Amino acid sequence: MDLFIAIFTGTIIAATPLIFAALGELVVEKSGVLNLGIEGMMLMGAALAFWAVTAGYSMPVAILAGALAGAATSLLFGVLALTFLTNQYAAGLALAIFGSGVSAFLGRGFGSEPIEALHRVNIPVLSDLPLIGPMLFRFDAMVYLALVMFVAISWFLYRTKAGLVLRTIGESPQTSHAIGYPVIRIRYAAVLFGGAMAGLAGAYLSVAYTPLWVENMTAGKGWIALALVVFATWRPLRILLGAWLFGGMTILQLQGQALGLEVPSELLSALPYLATIIVLVLISRDRQMLALHFPASLAKPFRPAS
Amino acid sequence: MHPRLELRSICKRYPGVVANDDVSLSIQPGEIHAVLGENGAGKSTLMKIIYGAAQADSGEIYCDGNPIAAHNPAVSRALGIEMVYQHFALFESVSVVENIALSASSAFHLPTLAEKIRNLSMRYGMPIDPHRQVHDLSVGERQRVEIVRCLLQAPKLLILDEPTSVLTPQAVVKLFETLRQLAAEGCSIVYISHKLDEVQELCDTATVLRNGKVTGTARPKETTSLELARMMVGSKLPEMHVSPPVPSEKPVLEVNGLSVKARDHFGVDLKNVSFNVHGGEIVGLAGVSGNGQAELVALLSGERTHDRGDAIRICGIDAARLRPNERRKLGIAFVPEERLGRGAVPSHTLWENAVLTAHRFGTVRNGLVDRRKAKAFATGIIDRFKVKANGAQSIAQSLSGGNLQKFIVGREIALKPKLFLVSQPTWGVDVGASAFIRQTIIDLSRAGAAVLVVSEELDELFEICDRLLVICQGKVSAPLIRTTTDREEIGLLMTGRGMSEGASANGSGDIVLQD
Ligand SMILES: Nc1ncnc2c1ncn2[C@@H]1O[C@H](COP(=O)(O)OP(=O)(O)OP(=O)(O)O)[C@@H](O)[C@H]1O
Ligand SMILES: [Mg+2]
Repeated sequence: MDLFIAIFTGTIIAATPLIFAALGELVVEKSGVLNLGIEGMMLMGAALAFWAVTAGYSMPVAILAGALAGAATSLLFGVLALTFLTNQYAAGLALAIFGSGVSAFLGRGFGSEPIEALHRVNIPVLSDLPLIGPMLFRFDAMVYLALVMFVAISWFLYRTKAGLVLRTIGESPQTSHAIGYPVIRIRYAAVLFGGAMAGLAGAYLSVAYTPLWVENMTAGKGWIALALVVFATWRPLRILLGAWLFGGMTILQLQGQALGLEVPSELLSALPYLATIIVLVLISRDRQMLALHFPASLAKPFRPAS
Repeated sequence: MHPRLELRSICKRYPGVVANDDVSLSIQPGEIHAVLGENGAGKSTLMKIIYGAAQADSGEIYCDGNPIAAHNPAVSRALGIEMVYQHFALFESVSVVENIALSASSAFHLPTLAEKIRNLSMRYGMPIDPHRQVHDLSVGERQRVEIVRCLLQAPKLLILDEPTSVLTPQAVVKLFETLRQLAAEGCSIVYISHKLDEVQELCDTATVLRNGKVTGTARPKETTSLELARMMVGSKLPEMHVSPPVPSEKPVLEVNGLSVKARDHFGVDLKNVSFNVHGGEIVGLAGVSGNGQAELVALLSGERTHDRGDAIRICGIDAARLRPNERRKLGIAFVPEERLGRGAVPSHTLWENAVLTAHRFGTVRNGLVDRRKAKAFATGIIDRFKVKANGAQSIAQSLSGGNLQKFIVGREIALKPKLFLVSQPTWGVDVGASAFIRQTIIDLSRAGAAVLVVSEELDELFEICDRLLVICQGKVSAPLIRTTTDREEIGLLMTGRGMSEGASANGSGDIVLQD
């Protein structure tokens, strides 16, 4: 039973940074912009949040610093891709490299001491319930925040006018412009939001998940988040499920390695990535659904007609 | 009193063309003003400049006496200017009500808005279902959505760029009533159309453009359409020659008891559709759009296939299961109703667009595109159909609507098809070019090709067709011979009345041909 609870909670925790990063990227891509630089923004968020803690700021401030760092990094991408109409693939890749380089540079002063991790909540009564308590009510606040973000973003995208505006800009910025929406400004907002979410994801890694600083500590999670958005066919619920699947496979393969399974550990480590992608590919075969959710203008530069 | 809108010396050039050259005009509150001109005269460009969707190189725009400095569509919307775009500004992936909500200033509550759309669109005589997805709509239905969207905003200045090109006559009558009502309430209207009788019926004043310049103004109600046409074209209109059809012995296209369920619950089921088209004749398919034309056309072109191979036979070969390119190999050519997106790839050049369907005409050899041949092929079409474009290198979407239409129709006709399927052949094409396209279609048929024309425009069908079919709610009537029927009978069939007496959908459709 304890093992089951450990796997369950481990899954939820491992999925949290992915949920932040992928939901943020979803909003960006829904607006028709492709920012490949999630990894870089996450690293910047992780570095800044870690630094804020060591500098003696409180946890909420540190996490906020992470989000701001992510947003600031994404602004760089925004200027390149939206104002100067640079190729979005190139700008995004550059951002990924930039973020990992700058964060490594900043991180040289951080030392290798772990910090005290973000506290887990302790809700009276609920957290003490048998089984349900440890499974659902003893996470840190950011795990819940990720779920709140999921609900908020789903609601925003599909229930509000602003969400509709965002989605339709992703389909055709020309048409949006033609009926009077400030396409570039809205895309900037989306990019900044995506950056902040990636920053949160990074902050989660460095102050809660593994509360210490290691260079390139995101270990490709930014790229997985990116894949998640695509294979989830741009739908929030599938992103959530995909993130949990990835989290679950991560924990399972760790357990497997701990048990000394007769499988090369490299293969086991690759398992979460493989399994997530295979499952998502299988469920995203419906062409028509894909066409309906795919932001048709993705990665295409837009300049208002003159 | 200040004019509602005043333009002073608007100039706008694009690479290789001057779209607007020193254009000035003014429109009073409550005035209905027509802007006339040939394809490529610069009408749409001028409208986009008024609306702020394009920026003039020089010149000033005044609204109610105030200059508009930094102009964009958002400014226009705030000023109460609304525009129906020639090529629509609708999002395909969302529903009608969501599209309209995006430009509505009212609170974002879709059920209320949907109810409002349903009621108002009925009142305007352009019923639309607010919950359908736009990508499932025919161009006629999209046109209605665009118009209703603008009318809902109670505009002060309404710009209509060819709003009636794909509307039914009944809807046009209703639209005009609505527009007159609006004008009486003080709304100014700018109206673009190639249908001069409409302009004469509706508009108080007119400005005529040719090659971007204002060539004159007129009071359409006091001017004959011949005079108007002459002001636009600057020369005499071509005359039509319709010789009697010489139908081939065997039909080229046979449709036998074709019944198909609609793709979704908004579509129309086809019910036991049977008809034939012989070589040497032109058959017209009349009907209010959204009555199954889209389904039928998709099945004929091969965009959709059918399990029963002999439901559609082309040149005696079972074709219902064949894909579009296999059908093209049988000698069918095809003009879809949506010119941007289906008929042409908007962001590609004209010669690239020509290669798309002309790859069996020497433009592709051993899998490689022969650029020289492809460009020559495209240039040939441009010359023959007098397409106003900056050569075969022009990007498809930079062409004016009518010119792109001429290019697409020209491209398909140049393939010398045995069976020619064409939807709305002269959508947005000016009077001179329409006559030319119609004549070319007639010549094609008299040279032995079978032609099926799908159109909502009865005048056009009566002008060129030998036999007429009417589609209504997925049922196709027995064929009517053009010379022995009239608009009333067709109109009745279009509304579904009169279907019962004899002209049922079960007829073999193979009635004796007139000789
Ligand atoms: N974005 C663009 N780039 C280059 N040329 C353009 C562009 N838009 C319009 N043009 C050119 O400007 C000219 C005027 O086009 P416009 O669309 O205003 O014509 P129009 O009068 O509306 O014709 P139609 O009746 O066919 O709609 C055409 O020659 C067209 O090729
Ligand atoms: Mg035009």
